[in-house]
Amino acid sequence: MDELRIGDITLASRLFVGTGKYRDMEQTRAAIEASGAQVVTVAVRRVDLAKKDAELGRYLIEKKYTILPNTAGCFDVETTLRTARLAREMLGTPLLKLEVLGDEETLFPDVPATLEAAKILVKEGFVVLPYTTDDPITARKLEDLGCAAVMPLAAPIGSGLGIRNPYNLEIILTRAKVPVIVDAGVGTASDAAIAMEMGCHGVLMNTAIAGAKDPVLMASAMRKAVEAGREAYRAGRIPRKLFATASSPLAGVIGSKQ
Amino acid sequence: MQLEVNGEPKEIEAGATVRALLTSIGLGETLVAVERNGIIVPRKDHATTPLADGDRLEVVHFVGGG
Repeated sequence: MDELRIGDITLASRLFVGTGKYRDMEQTRAAIEASGAQVVTVAVRRVDLAKKDAELGRYLIEKKYTILPNTAGCFDVETTLRTARLAREMLGTPLLKLEVLGDEETLFPDVPATLEAAKILVKEGFVVLPYTTDDPITARKLEDLGCAAVMPLAAPIGSGLGIRNPYNLEIILTRAKVPVIVDAGVGTASDAAIAMEMGCHGVLMNTAIAGAKDPVLMASAMRKAVEAGREAYRAGRIPRKLFATASSPLAGVIGSKQ
Repeated sequence: MQLEVNGEPKEIEAGATVRALLTSIGLGETLVAVERNGIIVPRKDHATTPLADGDRLEVVHFVGGG
């Protein structure tokens, strides 16, 4: 079996999906089911005391999804740490998607703050999966701090621009000893397939599915793309060549002299 | 006594516990986590942790996110 191990969890699906931006709970359910994902991300927010709608967490636990809480929306280390601890208190498990954002316009990570938070959270026993830039040095530092994976962005969150710097990703992949999961930037199925063909260990996405015209169909497409990309990576692609190589024998064509 | 819950003022009888607060706002059986004055109150301690006048509480749950 071609399984992905992160910390002490073993996964058959390499597609990680978010639960944000769906029309309603029913669409959320249908899309994450169609994606085949085992790991789903959620955000931690204040309960709206007027609504008290806590359907999502209950549903995900009931369906035995592996919940990966994020610290999205946190722009400083202190808020990030508090959010992480609250998530762990709710779940009772230490899995965490660490996000410390730098600014609202780009949603790029604040790298020094991410490193600082990762250091503290790893010490506190969290299994930290950090959202980071595609900078190989940062990826290495996060790994050295004890993160269970690194999650470089392919493009800005929600941008759908695809894999914008495959060469940086390749450098990260060549050197990382922990799983590399592309987090953010995927726009359509081919983007996910490219990431997987390059050897990424998984892909995490939300907007590419939730923002599609038909999110459930796109979830299914992403499932296939991640599987296809992974199989192609394992199969080993042919080298790129400038000139043709015939697939059919050149000898024995009718009307030839021999 | 007067509390601040998720940034909003909240009045509750003196001596109420975290559990009593959650029940009073209809979250008795809901998956939430509670932070009191910046420090988490573990679920097992909800029923035995009394609140004090002026406490600031954060009550969070999971919402859709990426």
